[in-house]
Amino acid sequence: MKIYLPNSAFLGNIDPFLRSFESSNSKKLEITANKKWISIHPVVLSMVAALGLTVSPSNIYCEKLEAVSRHYLKRMGLFNLLNIKSEIEIKEHESTGRFIPLTKITNSEELTRFITDMIPLLHLEPKQAEPIKYIVSELVRNVLEHAQSENGAIVSAQYYEKSNSIRIGIVDTGVGIKETITMSHKVPSHLEALRLALTPGITGMTRREGGTDYNAGAGLFFIKSIAKVNRDFFMIYSGDAMYKLLKSKHESKHIRLCGNPFEDRHSKGDDFSFWKGTVVGIDLSLDATREFSILLDLIRDTYVKTVKERRKERFRRPRFI
Amino acid sequence: MIKLKLLPIVGSFAENKDFARDIRLKKIIPALENNQEVTLDFEGIDSATQSFIHALISDLIRKYGMEVLDEIYFKNCNETIKKIINIVADYMQD
Repeated sequence: MKIYLPNSAFLGNIDPFLRSFESSNSKKLEITANKKWISIHPVVLSMVAALGLTVSPSNIYCEKLEAVSRHYLKRMGLFNLLNIKSEIEIKEHESTGRFIPLTKITNSEELTRFITDMIPLLHLEPKQAEPIKYIVSELVRNVLEHAQSENGAIVSAQYYEKSNSIRIGIVDTGVGIKETITMSHKVPSHLEALRLALTPGITGMTRREGGTDYNAGAGLFFIKSIAKVNRDFFMIYSGDAMYKLLKSKHESKHIRLCGNPFEDRHSKGDDFSFWKGTVVGIDLSLDATREFSILLDLIRDTYVKTVKERRKERFRRPRFI
Repeated sequence: MIKLKLLPIVGSFAENKDFARDIRLKKIIPALENNQEVTLDFEGIDSATQSFIHALISDLIRKYGMEVLDEIYFKNCNETIKKIINIVADYMQD
């Protein structure tokens, strides 16, 4: 496998990065990077870490990094997590900033601890912390329950002062969304699997409306809705498919949530390098964070409407001949 | 009537579905089977995920019908938690 860390890869311009890495030869990983500057979203870092954890440390080759910003990779814990040496040194007195280094979460207890520790690290107020805790909990629980990923979920996050936003990456190298959704639904492609996974009330655990006693099929819809209401990016990538919720324009005062993710302002494709597992990246602007309870009103209306429409579509009358 | 304080079990952010399922199976269902009403006390809980509330109550509505909501009281819920409970109750009853 080969992965190149570009000059810039954030959710808005991540597509070339997702097309560029090579997933062949899964026993080896080669990491190269832009010589001058590396500026990447935490989701990119989580992807590199997740790939690295699938191979032995002795089979990871990381070229000598020259970019001025190379310290970021060290500070985020990439080399420690992968158990490989790096010549990059960080001076202890340097400001640590507001970030969550790469963390591997493999069980429920680790997740609970992570959520508790995460908020002080990001220096968030309770109102800002609420959606972030929510997002991390739901996404990591999805990984723990469905992904069958040996290395669990790889999470990292970073506060960006300029945009006053938190960017989060949650990645696994498990079975991917299509395999999970296929357990209960006919799914012809990875892209269709993403569409179904984002649709409220659809879960891979059952075809029944309302889900099982343990899964409702609502988690990803809630998270996409949080991003949409705050007019932020949300990206999900699995297999060869990627769906990205684009930022909505600030001029429109009324935000309409959509049960069908393809009705949102988005970009998508199914010609990306194959990712065995699932990748989720999200930006959360702290300026725009709406009251969580207002968001829940919108979600309630859309959720119930979508499920009702689907029930109506499925309704059949007996035919008397 | 049995009263369950959730905070000592689930913490201030109610997100662990395993705890929710345990509470349902080990506390709520046995009480309902004994014709006892149940009070779920959310005092001290700041927030909950939809997944947690789903794991706590959805199967009760499916098993016992929507009338089960006459047997359960949700106490000390803040606005967020009330709304999440309403969302789950809505989609389970439709």
